[in-house]
Amino acid sequence: MPEGLATTHDAATHSALQHHFANMEQQREAGALGMWVFLVTEIMFFGGMFLAYTLYRYKYPQAFAAASNHLDLRLGGINTVALIFSSFTMAMAVFYTQVGRRRNSIVCLLLTIVLGLTFLGIKAVEYHDKYTDNLIPGQLIPGHPFNPEVAKPGDTDEHKLHLVPGATVHNVELFYWIYFAMTGMHALHMIIGIGLLTTMTIMAWRGRFGPEYHAPIEISGLYWHFVDIVWIFLFPLLYLLGRHLEGHLG
Amino acid sequence: MSEHIVHPRVYITIFLALMLGTGLTVVAAFRDFPGPLNAVVALTIAVIKSTLVVLYFMHVRYSSRLIWLVIAAALFWMAILFALTISDYSTRSWLPIN
Repeated sequence: MPEGLATTHDAATHSALQHHFANMEQQREAGALGMWVFLVTEIMFFGGMFLAYTLYRYKYPQAFAAASNHLDLRLGGINTVALIFSSFTMAMAVFYTQVGRRRNSIVCLLLTIVLGLTFLGIKAVEYHDKYTDNLIPGQLIPGHPFNPEVAKPGDTDEHKLHLVPGATVHNVELFYWIYFAMTGMHALHMIIGIGLLTTMTIMAWRGRFGPEYHAPIEISGLYWHFVDIVWIFLFPLLYLLGRHLEGHLG
Repeated sequence: MSEHIVHPRVYITIFLALMLGTGLTVVAAFRDFPGPLNAVVALTIAVIKSTLVVLYFMHVRYSSRLIWLVIAAALFWMAILFALTISDYSTRSWLPIN
């Protein structure tokens, strides 16, 4: 990082260089640092919800296992793959901008957006499944209170709620509050991310970026990867913990 | 310090590692490990996966010490949040109230 106060700009000044930075490298690093500080606040924000999940799962393990097993593992798994793949295409978009291959960079950005939309579409299908199974907690949807049909022993209808001994419907509802709060917040971040990437695609299309200047794409990428990391934790915590108990339920 | 350009080969390797981790965590979830080990295995895999994303996709491995410090501070505060809250909730039953 450049030392001391800058008095003169580089001889060949890039048009995107703001006057309070000594050079493009300093500007790029300052931007990345700012994004990381913002991501710290995001880590604390999601951290609070992960903490709530931890405490209630510790308190009501059976109800959380029963509720978790009702989630669609296949759709959750496909979404995990889509999101990780989108992180890869995002990283490639940054690479292609760094080496000045604009067309490839735009293709990668568009792929990232499409994969993000795929994720949201699948999430919408999952939310709708929960709606038809009356698993939307509380009175979130007027006239559609939380009212799942509880399966009797031997009943294998997967639309019904299969309770484990020790689990109550009330505590299953608690799981679904946490599920909708966390995945809903995550989906909101995805929507914001897709908005950011759409802006980046338009800017790239207009030829605003190149090997010397690509900080906005890199910083949007940091945000996108962060949202991916949140899902890397949400997927096992919400969908997987409790699967090993399925055999004990009958 | 000039900018480091990460080769696509690295990105592909990390992508494949993340896919492998996803597969592993699903397979492990159906095995009945003793005690709380299922949660430990799932979280270990998640931590490894997110570390790979942070170091390579987010370029932290090639970033300045200042960025490392910011991330370390975030994790430290997160540890305080969890440690103090859990120490409260897990010890409430120690005192007989009423």
